[in-house]
Amino acid sequence: MNDKPAILELKSVNKSFGPIDVLHDISLRVRAGEVLCLLGDNGAGKSTLIKTLAGVHKPTSGQILMDGQPVTFTGPSDAQGRGIATVHQFGGTFPLMSIGRSFFVGVEPTKGWGPFKIYDRKRANEIAVKAVRDFGITRIDDGDRLVGGLSGGERQSLAIARAVYFGARVLILDEPTAALGVKQASHVLRIVNESKKRGLAVVFITHQVMHAMTVGDHFAVLIRGAIADDFRKGQRSREEITDLMAGGETMAGLEAQVEGYMAEHEGHPPSFQVLEGSAAP
Amino acid sequence: MAHPVTSTLTPAPHRTRSGLALGRLARRPEAGSFLGLVAVLLFFGLFGGSAFTSAAGTASWLNIASEIGIIALPIGLLMIAGELDISVGAVIPAASLTAAIVSGHYGLPNWLGITAALGLGLAVGFLNGLFVTRTTIPSLTITIGTMFLTMGLTLGLTVKIAGSTGVSLVPDPLTKLIFGDYLGGMFQVTILWWVVFVIGLFWLLHISPIGNWIYALGGDKESARNVGIPTKRLTIGLFMLSGFSAAFVGVSEVMVYQSAQVLAGQSFIFNSIMCVVIGGVLLTGGFGSIVGIVFGTITFSIVNQGIYFTSMDPNIGSVIIGALLLIAVLTNDTFRQLALSYSSKKGPQS
Repeated sequence: MNDKPAILELKSVNKSFGPIDVLHDISLRVRAGEVLCLLGDNGAGKSTLIKTLAGVHKPTSGQILMDGQPVTFTGPSDAQGRGIATVHQFGGTFPLMSIGRSFFVGVEPTKGWGPFKIYDRKRANEIAVKAVRDFGITRIDDGDRLVGGLSGGERQSLAIARAVYFGARVLILDEPTAALGVKQASHVLRIVNESKKRGLAVVFITHQVMHAMTVGDHFAVLIRGAIADDFRKGQRSREEITDLMAGGETMAGLEAQVEGYMAEHEGHPPSFQVLEGSAAP
Repeated sequence: MAHPVTSTLTPAPHRTRSGLALGRLARRPEAGSFLGLVAVLLFFGLFGGSAFTSAAGTASWLNIASEIGIIALPIGLLMIAGELDISVGAVIPAASLTAAIVSGHYGLPNWLGITAALGLGLAVGFLNGLFVTRTTIPSLTITIGTMFLTMGLTLGLTVKIAGSTGVSLVPDPLTKLIFGDYLGGMFQVTILWWVVFVIGLFWLLHISPIGNWIYALGGDKESARNVGIPTKRLTIGLFMLSGFSAAFVGVSEVMVYQSAQVLAGQSFIFNSIMCVVIGGVLLTGGFGSIVGIVFGTITFSIVNQGIYFTSMDPNIGSVIIGALLLIAVLTNDTFRQLALSYSSKKGPQS
């Protein structure tokens, strides 16, 4: 097991927007070289949690600790400065920019002097392409290509490689595999593994249990803004996790119900209303 | 931020140069506008006869192109950054009249009138930028507002101060030489100024790192801010640039024609936007090039003037420009798709 101190830790964090409580008493920790999977259905509070980690929202109460020290993020750029990088679902958000340009956007490499500094396209392209290729995406070989021409998995990979290059210590991946096909998703999972090997702390947000189980070391299931379960790799089966995420209603129970209905109704599957009606308390 | 640049960059396998040059060109933002320019040149070269290809014929469209061009360039930068500026149409006459009133009506030195006029352009641009960055109102709406504001104030103040809607100004010889001279008796000196603007803004957009910020701003404002680009300052700066350029054209006009009229400049609003769109700049931002804008400006000006050299009804000119605009948008879309879908065919599928 991993005994290193946590890079990022949340201690009983609550977040409410006016009268609406979104996060209740969230305590999490993520260590270097570890993947923490945050599982949760839509509306479970995942995005609020990500935004709190990324410095967009301030917790209403509770503490955020980095390397054991309490911190308060003044904003997203402050969190970024401390090494917390967030990669969103669609990766590169500048589809009409070249790989090299978008990789260095805001921190362009320059050559020349004083007011005559010029954007060093060649170096930007070389570094960007090398950074992505080091993560095993060998199809990217031309830094002048537009980001919009990359596949979803390649874009994610580019965004992750960028974050790592600029010194991220904590990588927050927001549903990186949600919009991807099977093969593309496996690219991304491989890159998550690679980041882990390089000693990054990864927070992997997803609702795809299979993807989570492939790369995760530590899991937290979020239901209605609270952590419903918190366990390590191998402590729960896939079915158990899925059941939890679905809000306690077991998939197995649902299956039995469907089968029972079909037996009674000459093999016709039940309509949605029938299931909903019988499932209501 | 430190860039850990390793000294041993393993070069990515580059495909051979040969056979790629054409494909590379086709993926550039100005690809479509270049074809349009060639087509228009061929058309009017053929039907305009020797009068069109003569020096005088060339001067006729080049003079028009230089004035629109100086305005189209910053408008193009704004469009790449995802904004629009309509107020240039009012800044041109406002700057002309400011220069004419200060230096003509009050008889103060020319440089003072020019400074006041350029300062006015910068001020309107600053206001535009301030409103755009401080509110969520689209820049189209805001600059329509400032256009009418500027127009009304120009008309009202001119009538109040000078007693008429036109003010004349006889520039001193040096000022005339710098802003209002004709080279070879027919080429406006404004053409040289246009070249200066082209070089300067080419530097800004394609060579300096700020160009990258402009593309990022038009691509996704939120992400641009998140990576630390000073989006507000950049937006205000771009609006000031377009205000300045419009005022510059206003000053040039008053020095060339030696009088300023309240209602000059309206045609520049749509014409400059058309040049930019024909030049391959994406209306929604994030894509475009200086070379494309220059091609678009030349294409537009050739059609605008070339029509008089043919035996056709001059009204056909507007029809051609309208059609050209639609064709340009369609082909530019195609070329952009080409640029997006391009991927290397070689290399293992990882």
